[in-house]
Amino acid sequence: MKFKLNVWRQANEKSAGGFEKYDIDGITNDHSFLEMLDVLNEKLIVTGKEPVVFDHDCREGICGSCSLVVNGHVHGPQEAATTCQLHMRKFTDGEEITVEPWRAGAFPVIRDLAVDRSAFDRIIQAGGYVSVRTGAAPDANSILVGKDVADRAMDAAACIGCGACVAACPNASAMLFTAAKVRHLNLLPQGQPEKDKRTIRMVTQMDAEGFGACTNHLECEAACPKSISTDFIGELNRDLASAMLRARADRSFTGG
Amino acid sequence: MALQSHCPTGPIEQRWEKHRFNLKLVNPANKRKYEVIVVGSGLAGGAAAASLGELGYKVQCFCYQDSPRRAHSIAAQGGINSAKNYQNDGDSVYRLFYDTVKGGDYRARESNVYRLAEVSLNIIDQCAAQGVPFAREYGGLLDNRSFGGAQVSRTFYARGQTGQQLLLGAYSALERQVAAGTVSMHTRHEMLELIVVDGRARGIITRDLSTGKLETHLADAVVLASGGYGNVFFLSTNAMGCNVTATWRAHKKGAFFANPCFTQIHPTCIPVKGDYQSKLTLMSESLRNDGRVWVPMSAADCDKKPGEIAEADRDYFLERRYPAFGNLVPRDVASRAAKVVCDEGRGVGPGGLGVYLDFRDSIARLGKPKIAERYGNLFDMYHHITDENPYEVPMRIYPAVHYTMGGLWVDYNLMSNVPGLFVLGEANFSDHGANRLGASALMQGLADGYFVIPYTLGDYLAQMTPTSTAKDVTKDHVEVKAAKKAVAERLKTLLEIKGKRTVDSFHRELGKLMWDNCGMARSETGLKGVLEKLPALREEFWKNVCIPGSGEAMNQELEKAGRVADFLELGELMCRDALDRNESCGGHFREESATPEGEAKRDDEQYCYVAAWEYGGEKKAPTLHKEPLEFEHVRLSQRSYK
Ligand SMILES: Cc1cc2nc3c(=O)[nH]c(=O)nc-3n(C[C@H](O)[C@H](O)[C@H](O)COP(=O)(O)OP(=O)(O)OC[C@H]3O[C@@H](n4cnc5c(N)ncnc54)[C@H](O)[C@@H]3O)c2cc1C
Ligand code: FES
Repeated sequence: MKFKLNVWRQANEKSAGGFEKYDIDGITNDHSFLEMLDVLNEKLIVTGKEPVVFDHDCREGICGSCSLVVNGHVHGPQEAATTCQLHMRKFTDGEEITVEPWRAGAFPVIRDLAVDRSAFDRIIQAGGYVSVRTGAAPDANSILVGKDVADRAMDAAACIGCGACVAACPNASAMLFTAAKVRHLNLLPQGQPEKDKRTIRMVTQMDAEGFGACTNHLECEAACPKSISTDFIGELNRDLASAMLRARADRSFTGG
Repeated sequence: MALQSHCPTGPIEQRWEKHRFNLKLVNPANKRKYEVIVVGSGLAGGAAAASLGELGYKVQCFCYQDSPRRAHSIAAQGGINSAKNYQNDGDSVYRLFYDTVKGGDYRARESNVYRLAEVSLNIIDQCAAQGVPFAREYGGLLDNRSFGGAQVSRTFYARGQTGQQLLLGAYSALERQVAAGTVSMHTRHEMLELIVVDGRARGIITRDLSTGKLETHLADAVVLASGGYGNVFFLSTNAMGCNVTATWRAHKKGAFFANPCFTQIHPTCIPVKGDYQSKLTLMSESLRNDGRVWVPMSAADCDKKPGEIAEADRDYFLERRYPAFGNLVPRDVASRAAKVVCDEGRGVGPGGLGVYLDFRDSIARLGKPKIAERYGNLFDMYHHITDENPYEVPMRIYPAVHYTMGGLWVDYNLMSNVPGLFVLGEANFSDHGANRLGASALMQGLADGYFVIPYTLGDYLAQMTPTSTAKDVTKDHVEVKAAKKAVAERLKTLLEIKGKRTVDSFHRELGKLMWDNCGMARSETGLKGVLEKLPALREEFWKNVCIPGSGEAMNQELEKAGRVADFLELGELMCRDALDRNESCGGHFREESATPEGEAKRDDEQYCYVAAWEYGGEKKAPTLHKEPLEFEHVRLSQRSYK
């Protein structure tokens, strides 16, 4: 198969950036999208041009590195899949394909298609953990967790932190990510002692990072490669409201 | 130089406890004066950095990805072992120890393995307390499954995403310490050199992958947890960035590389489809619990649709050859058996390099919903990649490189022969001998990071004056400056070659040579042949590789080039090690050393040792040091899964 590619090129965060056009040939149904870009890059390199920079690592849909907007679709046109899981059989021979990076103020471009998502790490630092010292844990079976609760926590914990939710949201909101992270722990008995503190701090950090507000467009769930449900956003809002109420009585845990 | 393993003696059940008591402690008020570098944020590095930070040390942690949560541990699917015996099916610490020593084909240290089995109990407690959403039974207790090679159900899992969930647990502990100010996390930073001063590891040189800036980081000890080197084969189930650079640089600075040829080839991967392919995808081993492996009895049937091949014309070769273990034989055995039937011309799919993994019978027995519950995401993944629906047609699988048992040599304290250099997780050689059992790598990474290094590192540091007080090594020290200069020059040389071939083209060529000659079967002729070809390939690389752009910005070709340059050297050492070990053991199969039925034949008389290689220098042969292995508890015997 042959394709006409429009690829976003940008030298660094400061520079303007723009689309470059490339023709590519010799692609099969079984090429993954990233393997198609590998072919393009090999071609660019041997002609002395700089290859297209993009993030990727596991290439099996679990590490959350890959992050491309393909023909306007976050992670491409395939549902419930990451860019690295996309195959060229989803495109028609001769098609024009536009490739862009995640676009969000809180995710500045580093180069070409690679962006800086460290804001997500800082949201976790604000409270995305259970404070348990190494070696201090009780026997695992002393904490009973009902199968339904464990399964639901796992549904939230399946988030791969890729940032597709932000890239798909018209407001560049990180609500789905934050909700998945907060609810994974808030659902479990292990997460109860720090529940209010975690909820308030993580939401506060999310706002501080410059992510937009959630106005219920629900584009995030559609773009999420792990189909994380927006129900978690509703649950986060409830957790937040009750945490704020309790926080009024005790101001100590909102600070810091 | 005689290698000192520093293994404790006495009753095996008491060794770790006794050893821990004898380890020196660092006064709590002094801990923050010690700086520790941790390279890697996977299960081993993430757990270590979090635990050391919590103890009060000043930790600097590095990873090449944009977040510590993306370390390759994230991709582990199947599960993690622990001798909890929650299923009351006869498991115990001793049994896990026994299975691991035997599964490793008697090429690991008993003391280390026993400790691993012992702390496996704490790991599950730790992870459950962190909120890792392990699978549960209806009553709320933890669920288990049995996993390749084990006859008890000791594997804990979180759907098909166990590695992800365990890593997110370690990552959350790590980020908690970042927030507490005890750990500084350096993402998108690659270690390119180890700094050794007066024989001790004192720091590293890194490159900031976003800006290209070279940085010097000094410390009182360096912990490498940089993962395995399976990508020397180009195609493997490892993530694209997995590399040997951190450990190889340390090797060139004096650290011994142990058993480099011990590679694990995983039997259940999606077969190769074309030469543009960039990586291979693992289908979790857990699939073998319910899937049956077969090929046609006759080569003439290979092109038929699988559904058209009658029951009597199918060869369930694992069940036939190994009736006691059937489809659950260890990985090395299953992989070789698949190679044998494909070599006989009975392989299926493109190029005849595949065997069927069939769920027809288990779907009939358990129903599709049950199978979907157990393996849904794996089936979807297979469907995405191959465009075939495994609920309807059998999967096609073929062995692929998956894990490396070899790694830097470490003693019982996980310290290499370079004082102050510790090595954890897949990067060391310690616990799996010549073959790793399924669900044991996650266990080892977390054991090393949470439960071993926090004790053993203190013992080393307690004997040193902190650099922050002694001020004996600074950024202006000659050795430190020389290390940085060497890195800068190497990068400059690479960038100036501006030849005609891409980095990937060299990597592919190297990978093919390694797979053909140092893969599932190895022979003297093949190994000698490749040992002649590799120096020429290396030479061509340094003359003809093309890396556009500069070193002062993000440059992924430059990153890859550095890694491939190191793989080219490592490949040679692997072949040398494979040639030297003229026996078959675990994943290392020498064609010259087989039983009449074609099973691997160990030679304990001559090879019951760890091969630890010392770097010889540019164009000089490495020196082999042998650490003899003794077995007091598990009697040496030929493995049999019949
Ligand atoms: C597909 C797959 C499935 C698996 N499934 C299982 C399973 O079910 N059960 C099981 O027990 N095991 C499994 N394994 C094996 C297991 O996942 C790994 O052995 C283990 O996770 C390795 O952990 P680690 O911490 O040693 O290294 P990794 O997780 O690989 O982490 C390495 C770290 O080092 C960093 N790093 C590397 N080089 C450098 C450098 N030069 N500079 C700076 N940083 C560097 C990386 O950024 C990363 O943070 C699987 C492996 C694969 C490939
Ligand atoms: S590269 Fe890991 S999710 Fe796509």
